[in-house]
Amino acid sequence: MSAQRPITGRTFRGPSLGMRFFLLSLTCLSLMVLDHRQSHLSRIREGLAVVAYPIRALVDLPFYAWRWGGRSITERGKLLDENDRLRREQLDLNVRLQRLATLEAENARLRAMMDASARVTERVLAAEILSVDLDPYRHRFAINKGLEDGVYVGQALLDANGVVGQIVRADPLAAEAVLISDADHALPVTVNRNGLRTIAVGTGEPDRLSLPYLTNNADIQPGDLLVSSGLGGAFPAGYPVGTVVSVDRRPGQPFALVSAEPAAALARAQEVLLIWKDEPAGPDESTPSLAEAPQ
Amino acid sequence: MRGRESGDLLPVSASLLFALALAIIPLPEVAQTLWPDWVALVVIYWSFMSPGRLGLLSAFFLGLMLDALSGALLGQHALALLSVAYLALRFHLRIRVFPIWQMSITVMGLLAIYQFLLFWVDGVAGRTVEGAERWAPVLVGGLLWPLVLGFLENIREDVSAHV
Repeated sequence: MSAQRPITGRTFRGPSLGMRFFLLSLTCLSLMVLDHRQSHLSRIREGLAVVAYPIRALVDLPFYAWRWGGRSITERGKLLDENDRLRREQLDLNVRLQRLATLEAENARLRAMMDASARVTERVLAAEILSVDLDPYRHRFAINKGLEDGVYVGQALLDANGVVGQIVRADPLAAEAVLISDADHALPVTVNRNGLRTIAVGTGEPDRLSLPYLTNNADIQPGDLLVSSGLGGAFPAGYPVGTVVSVDRRPGQPFALVSAEPAAALARAQEVLLIWKDEPAGPDESTPSLAEAPQ
Repeated sequence: MRGRESGDLLPVSASLLFALALAIIPLPEVAQTLWPDWVALVVIYWSFMSPGRLGLLSAFFLGLMLDALSGALLGQHALALLSVAYLALRFHLRIRVFPIWQMSITVMGLLAIYQFLLFWVDGVAGRTVEGAERWAPVLVGGLLWPLVLGFLENIREDVSAHV
């Protein structure tokens, strides 16, 4: 950049404006091709992401302050109510958990008898969603955990109600995830009622999934719970994905129009759980594990 | 000389940083479709009004930053911003003397080129998003141009008065 303001467009030093435009455009094009064809550019991306992180944090700051402020001036009565509700809920969950422990032990015993492999243990880590909207046309978001926490590409994300999405890119301090409602996303599911296997595809709307590969005579009805089947290898099996809301059987067409509502609160989630499938790949020993399969 | 130059660059970088933040701020859906391309607007402004302070290389790096922030294909926004900056720099002497409404229309044209390049790259990369709402930011950006102009003009004069 020259120090003096140029009188005309042609007083720039070095190559002319048109030449520089041409060279930089070529750079852009080759960057895009490289980035699209294969991920050779992860280094550059990581560097840029580190530079961009302060901007993201800056944008997130007011929202964070708002949430924090809201939390600190919540009325006492409200807090007490919430406390009561949570205590009841915990009691309820504890009772169920007792039953779960015996069921799990029984399950492991039965599986051992049948020589089947025991269900892998899973560990989880809570991550916060950075209040940053990425491309408005795609359902992606950034979280505040990255490579340093052991996050890897393809890792599944859950919330308290079900499957949220998976990681598509991991930077040192943050990671980018795609929601299951993204139009480019598909995940293998089974119908909980009868074990029917199919694939749930995102529609681009946060409250709809579609099941395009079910024939007209498939045994499926509104209200059926869809759970992840674990077949793709990316998502752990058995987590709720959604509920079927409408089944439209069209006599002239080979496939029925089936749509489902995601179980997870995709548009409203504040926190998500990162899930590690097994083994010591996790970040540290203090992360709680979801299921301890007895040996 | 050196100090004067960096003093001159402060409003440019501050406004660009602000535009980057505006670009990724989360919004309700309706506002999101209408949200103009702030970074492009600010780049256009500095290219028109003070072409010595913002070159093609800065536009290129800014675009890369925007790509990283928005999770787009690396180079997508860079190419779009670069082209807009090139056109703005190339014709700034002619455009600078336009009356404001004519300038707004020119800016709309530049934003349309910006949006078209993004759209085109999306299409080639196989993530086409159809829909007329894609062009809403172009219109809104053009209509907001007088405001952007007034605001940034203020900043520029303030700082120049100080230095």
